[in-house]
Amino acid sequence: MVGLEHYLTVAAALFVIGIFGIFLNRKNIIIILMSIELMLLSVNINLIAFSSFLNDLVGQVFTMFVLTVAAAEAAIGLAILVCFFRNRGTINVEDVNVMKG
Amino acid sequence: MSGTALRKNDTGRINAPDTTKGNPRDMGITDITFYALAITLLSAGFLVTISRNPVHSVLWLILCFLSAAGLFILLGAEFIAMLLIIVYVGAVAVLFLFVVMMLDVDFAALRGEMARYFPIASIIGIVLLMQMALLFGSWQEAENASNLRQAPTPDVAEMHNTKALGMIIYDQYFLLFQVSGLILLVAMIGAIVLTLRHRKNVKRQDVVAQMQRDPAKAMELKDVKSGQGLG
Repeated sequence: MVGLEHYLTVAAALFVIGIFGIFLNRKNIIIILMSIELMLLSVNINLIAFSSFLNDLVGQVFTMFVLTVAAAEAAIGLAILVCFFRNRGTINVEDVNVMKG
Repeated sequence: MSGTALRKNDTGRINAPDTTKGNPRDMGITDITFYALAITLLSAGFLVTISRNPVHSVLWLILCFLSAAGLFILLGAEFIAMLLIIVYVGAVAVLFLFVVMMLDVDFAALRGEMARYFPIASIIGIVLLMQMALLFGSWQEAENASNLRQAPTPDVAEMHNTKALGMIIYDQYFLLFQVSGLILLVAMIGAIVLTLRHRKNVKRQDVVAQMQRDPAKAMELKDVKSGQGLG
């Protein structure tokens, strides 16, 4: 029988895969954004699993808010990426050095 | 739907005593579905990070979202599952696909460095996974977890998931709902402002100049005699 622990395991594994992806693709910011989406998805799985097994609907409401923020973040991130590519002609993270940070 | 099968413990206990547990080999259809979706989710997530072509990454990401939506349906959250398909697969993943195809980037050069970062990424991933496993052993449910519920889920027979969610969102969480709409508005305006550009060599209509035109000065009537052109 599938219990809460199974869902939490899947979510934890997906979160680790997201972090692994961020460190693996240090140069490619598009894959980094996708890895962030994976991490947010794992958070959503956690919220929905607790919501379902505790019979509390608030978890699903907060999943909607996480989804909203994730969509906004993806839109802004990709817009910044397009803008950066237009100005510099590359999306290599190591070329992001205009501010000498 | 099959999502109602898992909503068994109305008492709110997480580890409710399970009467159906028998031979681990005879799994129910929900168990088989869960394992299939979970394995698909994790392998697709892994392939997002390691595939060489970013277009393939986006396609694996779409598979990830679809199997996560299947997991949500198994958990009885049908509305969020449909929202995930519409918002993520329909909008966010397609946005990624557009950007990947629009930017003319040499992805092979970016991927060349992947072997260099593989050891450190693996170490970080394994350490994090072990930390989470350690946390998993000592985790237990709070005594009064079922008394701390903010909005207990109504029975599926009297109210389905979407209606129950709507009753909460438009009542208790109305302000937060409005603020999340504001976040989307700000994101939309920000994306437009960031990517808008005016090309120099494109003719545009100047609305103010257009409005200031005087018909009396704009037109000139000429009396042309027959047989003569406009000298």
